[in-house]
Amino acid sequence: MPLPIENVDTDQIIPARFLKATTRDGFGDNLFADWRYDKEGNPKSDFVLNNPLYWGEVLVAGKNFGSGSSREHAAWAIAGYGFKVVVSSFFADIFSNNALNNGILPVVVSEKFLSELFASVNGNPRATVTVNLEEQTISNNETGTVESFEINPYKKECLMKGLDDIDFLLSNRNKIEEYEKNRLFAYE
Amino acid sequence: MKTLFDKIWDAHVVATVKDGPTQLYIDRHLCHEVTSPQAFAGLRARGLTVFRPKQTTLTADHNIPTMGQNRPIRDSVSRFQVETLARNASDFGLTYYGLNNPKNGIVHVIGPENGYTQPGMTIVCGDSHTSTHGAFGAIAFGIGTSEVEMVLASQCILQTRPKTMRINFEGKLGEKVSAKDMALYMISQLTTGGATGYFVEYAGEAVRNLTMEERMTLCNLSIEMGARGGLVAPDETTFNYIKGREFAPKGEKWEKALAYWKTLKSDEGALFDKEVTFDVTKIRPMITYGTNPGMGIPIDGTIPHLDEIDEAGKLSFQKSLNYMGFAPGEKLEGKQIDYVFLGSCTNGRIEDFRVFTHYVKGKKKAGNVTAWLVPGSWQVRKQIEAEGLDKILEEAGFELRQPGCSACLAMNDDKVPAGKYAVSTSNRNFEGRQGPGARTILAGPLVAAAAAVNGKITEP
Repeated sequence: MPLPIENVDTDQIIPARFLKATTRDGFGDNLFADWRYDKEGNPKSDFVLNNPLYWGEVLVAGKNFGSGSSREHAAWAIAGYGFKVVVSSFFADIFSNNALNNGILPVVVSEKFLSELFASVNGNPRATVTVNLEEQTISNNETGTVESFEINPYKKECLMKGLDDIDFLLSNRNKIEEYEKNRLFAYE
Repeated sequence: MKTLFDKIWDAHVVATVKDGPTQLYIDRHLCHEVTSPQAFAGLRARGLTVFRPKQTTLTADHNIPTMGQNRPIRDSVSRFQVETLARNASDFGLTYYGLNNPKNGIVHVIGPENGYTQPGMTIVCGDSHTSTHGAFGAIAFGIGTSEVEMVLASQCILQTRPKTMRINFEGKLGEKVSAKDMALYMISQLTTGGATGYFVEYAGEAVRNLTMEERMTLCNLSIEMGARGGLVAPDETTFNYIKGREFAPKGEKWEKALAYWKTLKSDEGALFDKEVTFDVTKIRPMITYGTNPGMGIPIDGTIPHLDEIDEAGKLSFQKSLNYMGFAPGEKLEGKQIDYVFLGSCTNGRIEDFRVFTHYVKGKKKAGNVTAWLVPGSWQVRKQIEAEGLDKILEEAGFELRQPGCSACLAMNDDKVPAGKYAVSTSNRNFEGRQGPGARTILAGPLVAAAAAVNGKITEP
């Protein structure tokens, strides 16, 4: 799914008026709400998510994706819609963390790979990419171009095994108590 | 030789995950109603309690009305969210400053004003503008809801160590130029993603000369250029601000804290991954013309021409100008506006209200302008009243509202209608940020005051 817009902020991914929920469910329906629907709530035909030509579990976006608000609702909306991977040349920090904490893989590619990928999808809306987390590679199946991407080994293991940070932190409680006893300056 | 950031970070490392992030200890945790309910639900699902309940404080700010706060919230979904926060506070034994509590206000306003925010601390909140607290020489940054749950469960968070950047502001700031203008200028130079991956230290003569509230404005906007956070080394200005505030250390503890805080500065010769210097004498009052905070120009400047924009960014640039109803190469000075918003965690403090009030004193609000003046907290509002600013504002045709985030993100009823222009002292001009179709022009309180009185964008 191509979205060749730069600086897509989290207010676009999920506008603030949809943040009133107290659960993680249902955000996918309002992903990109103001680009996707008109005032009456009807789908806008010129927005890519409403174009039946385009499909898939990989969202490809312009640089600096996910800037702005720390709302994890953005990651819940992307996951809720059904995306598993977001590809861009550049992600905002908090969004990256939020994505990884929700089983979404942010793949950082070069500007060149990204523009080639947009060109491929432009030429063939059914163009595909293959993302291999184990090998840390992404392939543009239209052109055959392959690029490797970085991911923190710990986060990679979490994603592959479905573990989360809280399990890890809870198993480390003795270290936390130890730290509290010995810290340089204790705030009360 | 260490940077200030390194000193604070290193003092909070509990453990380092092999090939992975750092387990960082968190001194203070702030929560609000919008980004916390799923975290508390997560604790319940795992059967956990809050690990260090004294280190978390809750306030309602994002999703509350700014009129009639003594009545139940009309919108039932919003009401349920705020009630959920109150229930979580009582179930988990946490301090909560709910509506009508004298300490209620925007999370990044009440932390500093109560002396809860102190130098050398690590502070997190499920809100990207947590960077505000960096003004005190703290490592403060916004986190997601899963991370809120981590902090509740363990008082720790897993984070990758960011790179460091120092931004020096040299020279003396012009009379009508504010910290907001410094920030908007900086972001226009570095772009909205220009500091992604970095933690910024602000330094230089112009930063040293800023008041604490001005430093908060500057640090607040760090996230708008992608930075993880921004901080300023604490100095006499910082210590004088904190001393005597409710949660500030007292007596012997104050002396001990002060001795430690005085060590909190970057060592001479400490290396930063990146260093940038700006000459503040070149900075004029700023405004934005587009849909991200990096799209800023001096108030008398012109919007860039299309050929000044790089190829990959042209589509986004045009989309942005279409949304705003502006053309490349156009001047904004003299453009009629419809709304003015004074408030938010960026510019909702007493000094902001003094600047605004000083300008509008003896003048009248323009007939075509709807103005929302929203103090950042009840304490700010009390101070406004104590100084008689409310009377001056009233005579000029303005009405003071009750505290909250309000039109900064328009989760409540304070929404700018589609197509209307708002000069806003808040932090984001994203599409739809102040309401679906709303067009936001970011500025400092002085430019906002001039716009409110003249009904158009004018040099203050």
